[in-house]
Amino acid sequence: MLLAVLSGLLFSIAMVFFGKGLKAKWSPLLLVLPPVLFTFFASFIPFISSGNIQLQHINWVPSLGINFDFKLDGLSLLFTLMITGIGTAIFIYARKYLKGHPYFDRFFGYLFLFMSAMLGVVLSNNILLLFIFWELTSISSFFLIGFNNDNADSRKSALTALSITGLGGFFLLASLILIGNIAGTYTISELINSRDLLLKDPLYPLIIGLLFIGAFTKSAQFPFHFWLPGAMKAPTPVSAYLHSATMVKAGIYLLARFSPILGGTDYWNYTLIIVGGITMLYASIHSLFRTDLKGILAYSTISALGILTFLIGLGTKEAMIAVSVFILAHALYKATLFLVTGIIDHETHTRDITVLSGLRKVLPPVALAGILAALSSAGFPLVTLGFIGKDLIYEATLTFSNPTLIWTLTGLAIVTNIGLVAAGFMAGITPFVGKLPQQFEKIHIPYKGLWIPPLVLALLGIILGIFPAVVGELITNQTANTIFGANTNSHLAVWHGWTLVLFLSLGTLAVGSLLYILNKPSMAKLAAIERFNVISPKTIIMGLGSKIMQFSSWYTDRMHNGYLRSYHLKIILFAEAVLAYKLWVSGPIYIDFWSLTYPDLYEVAIVFVLIGALFLILTTPSRLTAVVSMSVIGYCICLIFVIYSAPDLAMTQFTIDTLSTVLFVLVLYKLPGFVNLTNKKVLFRDALVAISFGIIIALTAFKIWAEPINKDISNFYGENAYILAKGKNVVNVILVDFRGIDTMFETVVLSIAAIGVYSMIRLRLKSSEKE
Amino acid sequence: MELLLIILIGLLYGAGVYLILRRSMVKLLLGIMLLGSGANILIFLLGGITKGKPPVIDEKAKLFQDIFADPIPQALILTAIVISFALTAFAIVLLKRVYALVNSDDLDDLNTNEEEDI
Repeated sequence: MLLAVLSGLLFSIAMVFFGKGLKAKWSPLLLVLPPVLFTFFASFIPFISSGNIQLQHINWVPSLGINFDFKLDGLSLLFTLMITGIGTAIFIYARKYLKGHPYFDRFFGYLFLFMSAMLGVVLSNNILLLFIFWELTSISSFFLIGFNNDNADSRKSALTALSITGLGGFFLLASLILIGNIAGTYTISELINSRDLLLKDPLYPLIIGLLFIGAFTKSAQFPFHFWLPGAMKAPTPVSAYLHSATMVKAGIYLLARFSPILGGTDYWNYTLIIVGGITMLYASIHSLFRTDLKGILAYSTISALGILTFLIGLGTKEAMIAVSVFILAHALYKATLFLVTGIIDHETHTRDITVLSGLRKVLPPVALAGILAALSSAGFPLVTLGFIGKDLIYEATLTFSNPTLIWTLTGLAIVTNIGLVAAGFMAGITPFVGKLPQQFEKIHIPYKGLWIPPLVLALLGIILGIFPAVVGELITNQTANTIFGANTNSHLAVWHGWTLVLFLSLGTLAVGSLLYILNKPSMAKLAAIERFNVISPKTIIMGLGSKIMQFSSWYTDRMHNGYLRSYHLKIILFAEAVLAYKLWVSGPIYIDFWSLTYPDLYEVAIVFVLIGALFLILTTPSRLTAVVSMSVIGYCICLIFVIYSAPDLAMTQFTIDTLSTVLFVLVLYKLPGFVNLTNKKVLFRDALVAISFGIIIALTAFKIWAEPINKDISNFYGENAYILAKGKNVVNVILVDFRGIDTMFETVVLSIAAIGVYSMIRLRLKSSEKE
Repeated sequence: MELLLIILIGLLYGAGVYLILRRSMVKLLLGIMLLGSGANILIFLLGGITKGKPPVIDEKAKLFQDIFADPIPQALILTAIVISFALTAFAIVLLKRVYALVNSDDLDDLNTNEEEDI
C-alpha cells in the first residue's frame, strides 16, 4: 500500500525530469498509473467485502508517533476506488483536453501529486500522517486551481482556496494533537478504544469544534463554501476531479472516519445537521440562479456536500447507508456533468446556458452522457444510482431518532433535492435540447478521449443503479459499517414497494422538473441575487482577510522599518517591561546596610570623574572629545579594578583601552563633528527610555546583589589552583587551565576579527564602487 | 561603595542605551562600548567586591590563608574585555570603510528604502 500511495509522488517527480519528452509521443504512458492502482485496490474488494481489514505498518518517526500506518477498510476502499477509478477517466480526458498546452507536463505532475496525496488521506491509519497528506491535497489543489497562472482571477481563486483550506488545516492539526494527547495514541484503529475517554474529556467540544472547522473548510460547508465556486477557474478536468469527486469529499471522509470515534453526541449530531442543512439549502437555491454551467455545478456540489454532512449528523444506521451510496452516486454523475461541461466549453468556447442549446445534434454521445448524468442527479426512478441515493436520504430523515424533528428534516431534504433536480437538468439537459443556434453548427464530435470517459461514468451510474445489490454487497455495505462502527445489515434494492419514501422521491422529481421548466435562468436573475453579496459570507470573510492584510503590513512597517535605532528602541522597551514586571512581582528590596562598605575619598573621586566623562560623551559635539572621554572612562574602570583586587583585569583593561583609543583616533580623526540630527521630542523620548532603563538595571543589580550567593565553585578553584594546576594566580589558572578550551576558542574569535580588520584596511575600493 | 557602583552601572547602561538610539554610527559604537563596560562592572559587583585581596596564592603557600576576591567574575570579565575589543576594533575599521564609501556618519544614509522617519 505504501508503494501505491507513493507511486504518484514518484511519477510527479519523474515529470520534472522527463515531462518535456512525455508531451507528445509518449503521453499515453501517463495513463498507466491510475488504472494500475484501480486494479490494485479493486483486487481487495472480495477481501474487504467479507468484513476484513488490511493493515500495513512501517516505522517513520516512531519517537513522535508518526508512522506509515495504512489501513484499508470499507470506507477507504470506496474512496480509493473513486480516486483511482474517476482518476483514470480524468487522466484520459485531460490528456486530450490539454493537448498542446505549454504546461502539459506540469499539469500532470500536479495531478499525480494530488492523486497520491488523496490516496494518502483516505488510507492513513495515523492521524498525523493523515494531516500531512491532507495539507498536500491543499497545496497540490492550489497549483491546479491556479494552473492558468497568467489569469489574475485564477491566481486569486487559487489563493482564496489555499487560504481557506490551509486555515482549516491549522484547526485540524490542533484538534488531532488534542485527540492524540488525550488518547495517548495517534493510530486511528486504536483511537476507537479511547472513545469514552475522549467523550468525557472537558476538551471534547473544543476538539470536535476544531475538527469541524477543518472538515468544513475542506468540504466547502457554509460559511466557508465560497472558495469552491471560485475554484472553478481551474481547468475543467481539475474541477471534475478535485471539486466534485475527491478533494472536497476529504472533509466528508474525515467526518465519516471520526464518526465512530467522536460522534453520537448532541454536540456532534446537531452541529453537523445545522451546518449541513444550511449549506445544502443555501447552495441548492443559489444554483438555480447561475447562468454559468460550472457555477451551477459548483453550487449543486456544495449542496450535495451539505447533504452528506447533514446525513453524517443524523448518525443513524440508515443515514450511514445513505452516505455511502450517495458519495458514490454523486461522484459518478457530478464528474460526468463536469466533463460534459468541459467538452461544451472546449467546443463552443462558452458555458453560458442562456446561449447554449440544441447541441445534441452535433455532439450526440456527449448529450447522452449529460442527459444520463442529469437523470441520475435528479434521482430518476428505478434505473439510476441517484434514485437509490435519494431514497436512502429520505429513509434516513424519516427514521431520525428525535421524532419531533423528522418532518422538519425531511422537508429540508425535499426542498434541497427539488433544487438539485432542477440544477441537474439545467446543467445536463439545457445545453442539448431546443434549437441549434447557427454559430454552433460547425462543431464536430471531439476526440474519443474526451467523450468516452464521461459516457462511461454516466453509464456506470445507470448500471449500478439497476443492480444496486451488487455495489452494496461489494463496497458500500462495508463503507456504511465502517462509518457506523457496527454492522448495518444494509441491503440495497431498487424496489421497496409503494412506500412513503417512493412517493416523496417521485414528488421531488415532479416538482423539480416543473421548477426546471418554469425557472429560466437569466442575467437579470443572476444580477438580482448578486445584490445580496454585500452580506454574503464571502464578502465578510474576504473583507476580514483584507483587513488582516492591512494590519499585518501596517505592523510590519512599524516593527520592521529598517532603522536600526527603532529596532533597538523596541528591544529595549520590551526588556524594560519584562524586567520591570519581574522586579514588581518579586517584592521590595531589602538592603543590609551593614554589609555595605564605605568608600574612601579617592574612590568617590574616581567615580565622579567617570560620571563627568560620561556626561561629556553625551553632550559633546566633538568626536575627538567623545573618544577621549571614552578612554577616561576606561581608565577609571581600570582603577576600580586595581582597588578591588583584580590586577589582571586592570592590566587587560588598561591595554585594551589604550589600543582602542589609538585605533579610534587613527581612523576617525578625519571625520566631521557630530551633527544634531534629531529633534527635541525624539531626544526627550530617548532620554526617558534610557533613564528608565538605567534605573531598572540598577534596581535589578541591587536586588541580585542583596541575594546571598553561592561560592562553592570559586572556592573549588581557589583550593585547587595550585594543587591541580600548579598555578598561583587563580584567574590565570581558570583561563588557561580549567577553562582552557574556552580560551582557545576566544583566541580563534580574536584571530577572525584580526583577519577582518586587516583585510578591511588592505581593501582598496575600485573607483566604480565609490559613489 | 556598592551603592556608588550600582549608580554607576545604571548611568553606564542609561548612557549606552541613549547612544545606541542615535543616528550617528560613531555614537552607536560608543554606546555599545559603554554598555559593555556597564555589564563588566555589573558582573564584578555581583561577585562581591573585596578590597586588597587579589586571588593570587602567596609565594610560599600552596593554599589561600586568607579570604580572597572571587576569581570567577574576574575570569568572565577578562574574556569579555578581550572579546569586546575584537568587536570594537572590527567595528571601527568597518566604520571607516563605510565612511569612505558613503561619506556620511548617518545610519539613515545606508538605508535603501524611501520610507519616512518614524
